[in-house]
Amino acid sequence: MLVTLLLIAQLATGQKYFSKTGKISFFSQAAMEKIEAQNTSASTVIDASTGAVEWGVLIQGFKFEKSLMQDHFNENYMESSIYPKAKFKGKIDNLTTVNFTKDGLYATTVTGQLDMHGVTKQVTMPVSITVKGGAVSAKSKFVVLLADYKIEVPKLVADNISEKVTIEVIADYQLMNAVP
Amino acid sequence: MNTYKTLALILLLVIGFKGYSQEEDLLSLLGEESTINYTTASFKSTRVINLHSTENMAAGELDIRISHRFGFISGGIYELYGLDESTIRLGADYGISDRLMIGAGRSSYEKTYDGFFKYKILRQSSGARNTPLTMAFMSSMAVKTLKPSDPTRENYFSSNLYYTFQLILGRKFSDNFSLEIVPSLVHRNLVATVEEENDVFAIGAGGRIKLSKRVSLNAEYIYVLPNQLAPQYYNSLSIGFDIETGGHVFQLHFSNSTSMIERGFIAETLGHWGKGKDPEGEPFTIHFGFNLSRVFNVK
Repeated sequence: MLVTLLLIAQLATGQKYFSKTGKISFFSQAAMEKIEAQNTSASTVIDASTGAVEWGVLIQGFKFEKSLMQDHFNENYMESSIYPKAKFKGKIDNLTTVNFTKDGLYATTVTGQLDMHGVTKQVTMPVSITVKGGAVSAKSKFVVLLADYKIEVPKLVADNISEKVTIEVIADYQLMNAVP
Repeated sequence: MNTYKTLALILLLVIGFKGYSQEEDLLSLLGEESTINYTTASFKSTRVINLHSTENMAAGELDIRISHRFGFISGGIYELYGLDESTIRLGADYGISDRLMIGAGRSSYEKTYDGFFKYKILRQSSGARNTPLTMAFMSSMAVKTLKPSDPTRENYFSSNLYYTFQLILGRKFSDNFSLEIVPSLVHRNLVATVEEENDVFAIGAGGRIKLSKRVSLNAEYIYVLPNQLAPQYYNSLSIGFDIETGGHVFQLHFSNSTSMIERGFIAETLGHWGKGKDPEGEPFTIHFGFNLSRVFNVK
């Protein structure tokens, strides 16, 4: 009886999908230097019924090719000891166009608040959601301006660090268990 | 009556779960991941000034270091405050793993070659593993190749060998403040006089205060335990700035030590801050100098 109740309750809330191995990479191309980093342990949840999307990532988890860059990224630019996490909280803009129960490739946009380096800004990004045999994956690419997030680039290294950074996010989602 | 209770329960559950689904933080459903966060950048460079810091080169990174100490600033304007003269060490350090670094160098001071390794035994961390400090072991060896002062005497190669062993205990207390204590032992195979000890015990201390994101104020002092060295030697004291620009670190400083390797700056510092022991002697026999570090990725 109780199990049935819980199931009903769960159905009423709709399905949630999650991943703890979301990939976030960013890319900066300046005159002198190309900077790339990747984080493969971002957490993300999509609530199919409300279209809510959330991402969370530890700044310290970004891996660079050069460890000195990684040190500077944490110490001088992102100040990860003060702002350890970046978060995104948004909603799928046109939820009716996405059917999580039917195979297909759905192109939509997600709008929400991106919170990093102590600054929260609204961003809208194009997202492609793939549903295949019940598995959900999502992919997006968007550009942020460092200045928007109060990340200062000293003049001396202006040729090495681009003012615009391209961020790419990819995740393969799993169905969240109804009753943990 | 019983059906009412059941209905109420259903309602409660549904409302409860509905409320839950509208809960703002979806990520909290996943629970907190606990990871080990290793403390990074306790110092900007692998040296505080002369002393080794708690930092190592990361695996596969090469650090080319060019260090200069000009003459004593007490030379005044005639010597352009020491700039007419300089002592140099050229060196290269390499990270074999994130814990192990090796390095070698050649100093103009007594034409000395040196090699060392530094291994991190403990790494300061927080999160899933809490380690309050970083502990590293540093061992170096130096060979003096200066021609013997008395060639008629039998001079053994082993007489030119020096060994140093250090334990580096450091902690980054905050983003802006790091401190380390370095118990040290310098062994000299041959010393000049019988009054001097072959084994010299000393305790070094080094720290840095960040003045801005890219500039820090560094200082180090090495206390040599009494009755081990000839009276003309002093404890080493150095004060300077680290300036970081991308892959370069410029360390500019004042030091009373001429040599840039352990056996020299711990046990053979001739310069002194202030008046010095000899009342007739020149005051402020200190050097202006710099270390230039450039890191390359060779992995």
